[in-house]
Amino acid sequence: MPRNELTMTEGSESAAAAGFDRSLLLTPGRDLAGYLGRGIGWVLLTTVACASVMAVMLIFVFIFKEAWPFLTGGRVMEFFGSTAWYPARDDEFGALSLFAGSAYATAGATLIAGLLGVSAAVFLSDIVPFRIRQILKPVVEILAAIPSVAYGFFALLVVAPWMQDTLGFTTGTNILNVTVMLSIMAVPTVVSIAEDALTAVGRNLREGAYAMGCTRAETLVKVVIPAAHSGIIAAVILGMMRAIGETMLVWMASGNAAQVPSPWWDLSQSVRTVTATIAGEMGETERGGVHYHALFALGLLLLTITFGLNLVSEYFLRRTRRRQGTGG
Amino acid sequence: MSDRGNFDMTVMPDQEERTHSRGGVSLPKAEQTTTAAAESDPMQCCEAVIRAKSFSLYYGQTVGVKDVTLDIYRCSVTSIIGPSGCGKSTLLRSINRMNDLVPSARAEGKLEVAGTDVYDRRINLVNLRQQVGMVFQHPNPFPKSIYDNIAFGPRLQGIRRRSRLDEIVERCLRSAALWEEVRDDLKKSALALSGGQQQRLCIARALATEPKVLLMDEPCSALDPIATGRIEELIGKLRDNYSIVIVTHNMQQAARVSERTAFMCMGELIEYGLTRDVFTNPQQKRTEDYITGRFG
Repeated sequence: MPRNELTMTEGSESAAAAGFDRSLLLTPGRDLAGYLGRGIGWVLLTTVACASVMAVMLIFVFIFKEAWPFLTGGRVMEFFGSTAWYPARDDEFGALSLFAGSAYATAGATLIAGLLGVSAAVFLSDIVPFRIRQILKPVVEILAAIPSVAYGFFALLVVAPWMQDTLGFTTGTNILNVTVMLSIMAVPTVVSIAEDALTAVGRNLREGAYAMGCTRAETLVKVVIPAAHSGIIAAVILGMMRAIGETMLVWMASGNAAQVPSPWWDLSQSVRTVTATIAGEMGETERGGVHYHALFALGLLLLTITFGLNLVSEYFLRRTRRRQGTGG
Repeated sequence: MSDRGNFDMTVMPDQEERTHSRGGVSLPKAEQTTTAAAESDPMQCCEAVIRAKSFSLYYGQTVGVKDVTLDIYRCSVTSIIGPSGCGKSTLLRSINRMNDLVPSARAEGKLEVAGTDVYDRRINLVNLRQQVGMVFQHPNPFPKSIYDNIAFGPRLQGIRRRSRLDEIVERCLRSAALWEEVRDDLKKSALALSGGQQQRLCIARALATEPKVLLMDEPCSALDPIATGRIEELIGKLRDNYSIVIVTHNMQQAARVSERTAFMCMGELIEYGLTRDVFTNPQQKRTEDYITGRFG
């Protein structure tokens, strides 16, 4: 007699003998239904997951395809080498002024949001009592949900007139305005992620530092912040990505003059960013023309930069997680 | 930061002597004879370095340590045993004021280290903690290199000279019996070491601030038996130069490493005396029940 059969029959008999009155095996019908159900579920979920990944890939492909004619049209040197962006009037495509605008706005916003955000994160994680932190942190995170148009209103109707009247700037929509507003917008992102990283450092490292005779400031500066540096870098990069990709606010607050400020430190001048250019000019351009393709080239560049930054921040976040995983 | 040294806590004269003579590995020779003599008649050994007088510590309304009076003697190993939650860690952490990190903690009575009440408002916490070093239950090296971990304390004290730091790092790693294993990768991250090595690194790190007392809070509970053996061996070597207070759940360990044992229960000190007396001839019923495994 085959051994399996023996154990099967004996098993059900002994199951009954042991008082198990409901069968421990599925009926053939329920077994099949379960099998089919799992199969259908797998197919459905895979399709949905693939579709979302495909959508992102297709956006890449689409933008690349539309940018291609411009990139191969022999105007790349002008694109990266000239500051004259007069696509409609003079057929000039010097995007350097747009890059400068984006660079000013992003660098300024990253600097301010980084400093403010990391300080606020340290304050939340190590200075205020835990109960107050539990209230403050959600409040800060809610700030991230304010739509950028609202910030734009504020920039246009409050900050700009104030700058003109009080600081005496010729125009209120300028680098300073857009930088400050962008950084306020990016701060919640930085605070939220940096605070997570600082909290994750854990009590035992802090205790170790105090036991070595560190003051609270020394504990923070020499142990906690270095231990959380990956997460803090990721937080700043994510804040930077918010600033780079932002369109509506910069459209309203930057003044939209495609120029490189001169002298370079004069923050009261207007600039124009890559994002605002695409948003503003796409509607007026002729489909399939040089201008149209040039705007896609700008979009491709933007996409590449944010994608790269995303990879970098992902790398740092992973490093934080791994470090916590292995303890320490 | 360089003026830390000027705030030195009250240091007993013969302790100062010891600081000068420490460092030589051969030194304990003379000391050993005193220790041996002390062991034959230990209670008259030397004076108390830590002295609790009706000391209590509360967390809000909860009692952590209740009315504890005991003397911990210099250059010996004292272990504190007792069931979980009996307040032994709390007592240990009170000695270098690590309980300050708990906002609701409140102390009553007196707890003196080298004659100074550590709950005095004027206490210099930096100097207290650098002279009363601590080793924790879970090894907690900083995520820095091995070298930077050891040099951390000296750098806090303002020591910057490379040669001086090198010297301290080597001396501390040697004292912690780790030098031979890591001498070629001092630049390696401390997190790459094994658990037992990390714990010895933490001991070396604590030694680098030249403490007089070492507090160990269940230093072996996260380690395997071999690593535990090495730490115990190390404690045996360090007892000549440092006063060690060790909290442990492992009664064999207490019996192996310590000269004196304190038994605590429900925040109270039940019995305190020479380890061999406590284990072979306990005076209190509860002590006997605990060490024979009838409760706890």
